[in-house]
Amino acid sequence: MALIHLTEEAFDKATASGLSMVDFWASWCGPCKMLSPVIDGLARKYEGRVLVGKVNTDDQPGLAMRFGVMSIPTVVFLKDGKEIDRKVGVMPEAAYTAVLDANL
Amino acid sequence: MYDIAVVGGGPAGLSAAVQARARGKSVVVIGGDARDNALYKTRRIDNYLGFYGVAGPELLERFEAHAREMGVERRNGRVLNILPMGTEFYLAVGSEVEQARAVVLATGVVQAGKLPGEAEHLGAGVSYCATCDGMLYRNKEVVVIGRAADAPHEANYLREIGCRVTYVSPRPPEGLRPDIPYVQAGKLRVLGDRAVEAVQADSVTLPCEGVFILRPSMAPAELLPGLELEGNYIRVDRNMAASVPGVFAAGDCTGQPLQVSKAVGEGQVAGHRAAEYVDTLIQTG
Repeated sequence: MALIHLTEEAFDKATASGLSMVDFWASWCGPCKMLSPVIDGLARKYEGRVLVGKVNTDDQPGLAMRFGVMSIPTVVFLKDGKEIDRKVGVMPEAAYTAVLDANL
Repeated sequence: MYDIAVVGGGPAGLSAAVQARARGKSVVVIGGDARDNALYKTRRIDNYLGFYGVAGPELLERFEAHAREMGVERRNGRVLNILPMGTEFYLAVGSEVEQARAVVLATGVVQAGKLPGEAEHLGAGVSYCATCDGMLYRNKEVVVIGRAADAPHEANYLREIGCRVTYVSPRPPEGLRPDIPYVQAGKLRVLGDRAVEAVQADSVTLPCEGVFILRPSMAPAELLPGLELEGNYIRVDRNMAASVPGVFAAGDCTGQPLQVSKAVGEGQVAGHRAAEYVDTLIQTG
């Protein structure tokens, strides 16, 4: 289970402890599709150390609203359930690993 | 997957595409509305060899016809991001993604700077993609800042999915739905403490939660993070190679003089070198 698709019900429990990285995306968003293999790669690379999740903003508008996601893709980093950083737009892999490595 | 993706459908981009086709490469040219092209807006050209006194739109049409004849594929849309992934590139075009082994940037003259308040509100209400982010603003007030010829269509799309749209541009738009209010203004500012709260358009304040800024093309440094610039222009060497391996650039985006002959010449070099780059990739497997 490398990558989890998160729903509103499951979100808090899944991200309650440890380091999490959540990608907010939607199917009509080209940049999101482009970022997808990067996120998949990170899920494999950090397996067992970081919870890597995806939130479909179309299916889960409540989560998008709760995190104030106003542009996708947006990647939110959480530590023990609290947001510690976020990256808006498509970034190279190193931008995400830098945040993960600094917080592991 | 294409061998080469060319970003921009002006003289430099089409010249690069033709040259790459001549070397047997598959090529897609991704560009916006022809009316945004600098050549299209030029009434008369006296210094393009062999075409004394030619009208800009006519010359552009000839270039496009030439590219079609050579089997260059064409895709309309604005490239939002380019992401290098190993030995290939992903290019986001609206809701779609294209893949190519090499990229030629021919995005035209560099846009004037950002609006005051634009960079600060990126991801906090400022968006460059109506298709991507529109759904997040359903039933909300949004302002579309139309700087590209196809911007009215994107404003119509936002209206159709349920955004409350106001359209702002310096000149009256063509093709905007009559039920979308239009504000003619040139001096703009994005306002808001953390998130966007309004757009100041000349003397009018338009309250809104989202601002869609639709320019003919994205600035090169935003298109491809890490791309080295020289002032506002893309840094290239004599092979028209940019600082990122596999990326070439040609035409107005590399610097002055902003002339058709120079664009066509640079495009020729960029297309040639991009094709060689792809050959090398294939040989080294």
